Amino acid sequence: MNNELPRWVDYGLIPIFNLAVAFLVSGLVVLFVGENPIDAAILLVRGSFGYGEGIGFTLFHATNFIFTGLAVAVAFHCGLFNIGGEGQAYIGGLGVVVVVLALDRYMPWWVTFPIAIAFSAIFGALWALIPAWLQASRGSHVVITTIMFNFIASSLMVWLLVGWLKPQGSMAPQTRTFEEGGQIPKMDWLFDLFGAKLGGAPLNLSFLVALIAAFLVWVLVWRTRFGYELRTMGTNPTAAIYAGIPPVKTVVITMLISGGLAGMMALNPVMGEQTRMELDFVAGAGFVGIAVALMGRSHPVGIVLAAILFGMLYQGGAELAFDMPNISRDMIIVIQGLVILFAGALEHMFRPALVNFFGILSMGSKKSAGETV
Amino acid sequence: MSDYAIELTGINKSFGPVRANHDINLAIERGTIHGIIGENGAGKSTLMSILYGFYQADSGEIKVNGKKITIADSQVAIAAGIGMVHQHFMLVENFSVLENIILGAEGGSILNSAIDGARGELERLEEEYGLTVDPDAIIEDLPVGIQQRVEILKALYRGAEILILDEPTGVLTPAEADHLFRILNQLKDQGKTIVLITHKLREIMAVTDNVSVMRQGTMVATRKTAETNVGDLAELMVGRRVLLQVDKGDANPQDVKLAIENLTVKDSRGVTMVKDASFEVRAGEIVGIAGVAGNGQSELLKAISGIQKAESGRILLDGEPIGVTGNADPKLLRHRGMVHVPEDRHHMGLVLPFEEYENSILGYHDDEAYLNGPMLNIAAIRADADRKIEQYDIRPPNNRLKTSNFSGGNQQKIVLAREMERDPVVLLVGQPTRGVDVGAIEFIHKRIIEMRDAGKAVLLVSVELDEIRSLSDRVLVMFAGEIVGERSPETSEGDLGLLMAGINNEAAA
Repeated sequence: MNNELPRWVDYGLIPIFNLAVAFLVSGLVVLFVGENPIDAAILLVRGSFGYGEGIGFTLFHATNFIFTGLAVAVAFHCGLFNIGGEGQAYIGGLGVVVVVLALDRYMPWWVTFPIAIAFSAIFGALWALIPAWLQASRGSHVVITTIMFNFIASSLMVWLLVGWLKPQGSMAPQTRTFEEGGQIPKMDWLFDLFGAKLGGAPLNLSFLVALIAAFLVWVLVWRTRFGYELRTMGTNPTAAIYAGIPPVKTVVITMLISGGLAGMMALNPVMGEQTRMELDFVAGAGFVGIAVALMGRSHPVGIVLAAILFGMLYQGGAELAFDMPNISRDMIIVIQGLVILFAGALEHMFRPALVNFFGILSMGSKKSAGETV
Repeated sequence: MSDYAIELTGINKSFGPVRANHDINLAIERGTIHGIIGENGAGKSTLMSILYGFYQADSGEIKVNGKKITIADSQVAIAAGIGMVHQHFMLVENFSVLENIILGAEGGSILNSAIDGARGELERLEEEYGLTVDPDAIIEDLPVGIQQRVEILKALYRGAEILILDEPTGVLTPAEADHLFRILNQLKDQGKTIVLITHKLREIMAVTDNVSVMRQGTMVATRKTAETNVGDLAELMVGRRVLLQVDKGDANPQDVKLAIENLTVKDSRGVTMVKDASFEVRAGEIVGIAGVAGNGQSELLKAISGIQKAESGRILLDGEPIGVTGNADPKLLRHRGMVHVPEDRHHMGLVLPFEEYENSILGYHDDEAYLNGPMLNIAAIRADADRKIEQYDIRPPNNRLKTSNFSGGNQQKIVLAREMERDPVVLLVGQPTRGVDVGAIEFIHKRIIEMRDAGKAVLLVSVELDEIRSLSDRVLVMFAGEIVGERSPETSEGDLGLLMAGINNEAAA
């Protein structure tokens, strides 16, 4: 049986189709609460892409999701389901804080920033190390261990923030505000180029770091020897052993890379937006990363696009909740949930029908090349 | 009532282009043990799955006790008094015997009354058939032979009058198998009808009243067991196909390149799969390992190639030992000149969703010719893949095509090209033509002989006796994990067939 689809269908048509259905159902929900779905849609798009500040917020949110989406995707190519991005990002924040609190008074941002990048990645990676090792050598499933580690990370960070990182005398469980040497510059210059205003939006250079990371992930997975090994491992573990690929090493290194990518997400909110570390700054971005990776087909280009879509839902949704009193913040979460449902969980709902459709179309022409055994 | 418990008439079943069952007629007398024998893939299991309602026949008629019925699913089969004991047991490991027996016949959401009723019924069955089992024992604590007994009891509890056993002795020790045969005879004496599916000739001779032989989806003969013999059955089973004509000169064996010494391999359950095997393969010769599938050939090949750890023994590659009981690394063995065309290309030899060129380096992806530092040298890999595609006539000639889209023969050529072009010292080949179209078989055979003539030591494992006989210079026969004999390839199929069934004429004489 041949269930191949042309690439443009697989990577283009199906996601758009799923998205359209998600918005259609969301429209019904909006209708149900007594608002005009078309007006709502216009508000959503205008709020996220209609003006400079909106775009800035959309891309700011997208930055988080690119990092966490890439983290999920890398592990996924090795057959691992890392749902610990949330905790790894949180601990990554600790790496950022360690660097910044030590350096921000003495160094300019362009010295602090690269070191903070490295430390966020190292801390995130280390948080993935124990689940990785347990999976590789003891067979404890990463799905269980990484989610457990999310809770441990959360408790650990509360303890650190309240007991150690909070300035003396402060009532809020957060670090002191970073000096200029610990702040990532905003990207207003980019907006000025197009005559737009970034305004109060926190879009900063970590967006570019995220794009570079996406490119490097593509290189890693499809262009390096290690990427070849991790894909072999993820697609056919028996063949990997036949080929002499060391399973423990491959799993551990993949999880370290995955954890490192998740850890780098912390740069954006901690150094870029709040310029201090607050409680729960990850705010679910680790989990959104799973949906982003699923929707983006674990391909960096898809992940960047899916991340921007989710950034748009976050930003546009906030505006929508503000302008339409019947649509509460919770309703936005319902819409996000529907997108995840149709783009992620129900990804294969329309696939069989499309396979049939294209199968009939290409029956005659592909007969010789498309035969399978 | 009819004398036949089961009558099948004109059964046909195809899976795509494969005709698994072709116009099968079979009549099984009531109160007998009827054997069905044939090679792997002969269609035995398909036929029984049709009888038990797992598959629907494309055409044909099934009569049970003289009454025509349509078996839509296994519920219908059970209602008609057919019970099946599968090759792989269908038991819930952490349930007790009693809980497993009432599974599917609980009779309500409160289990107490069903369990009490089952306990009484089970005691009666145990007494009647001499099948003693502790009803409260947990399945996973029981030995395999007893687990099988639970399967039989399960069928009897549901009122089975006709019992189908699919390769029942595959997982049993010889003593357990003997016990099973005693149970089967007892059941027969009680008037049950038993269908025994197997590929072991000896079991057929030991326990059946009648035997039907299947080959390539057709029923070739039915005999009274008393009026036939193992030689005849082996011939019927293997068939009198013409040998594939292979041009082959005389072998010119040189130094020993691969030496296996007292190799013992156990599988994950601790069952001994290879027992104390010793043999040598010299440069410039093809040593064939014949045997019915599942007699330890796969494990032997895996142990030699370093994929599976051996229990004890030594393997010398080119005079140097390989860490066969420790961490023999397939990668290291490749570097030392041992290449391996695995038996199962789908699960081991290839990563099917990969593009062709990606599979053309599997196992050799750390070769510097394919790398630029840590990066893959895609251009070099694709050029190399194209060269092999041309040399081995792999079609379609497209290194970007997904491997799963190639036909079986071309997939096998991708593996062969990858392994043979490494200029190896030792070539291990498992089932080189399984699922391969006829056109490619000749090419593959020719390449294997060319490797021999180029002075490689070739170890060939195949369940195709024709293939073994036409390619090998020496034939070793494996049975139940042991190398039971060495023969020349000119030995008749009948004689080899006997040896494959574990009957050693020379030793007996």
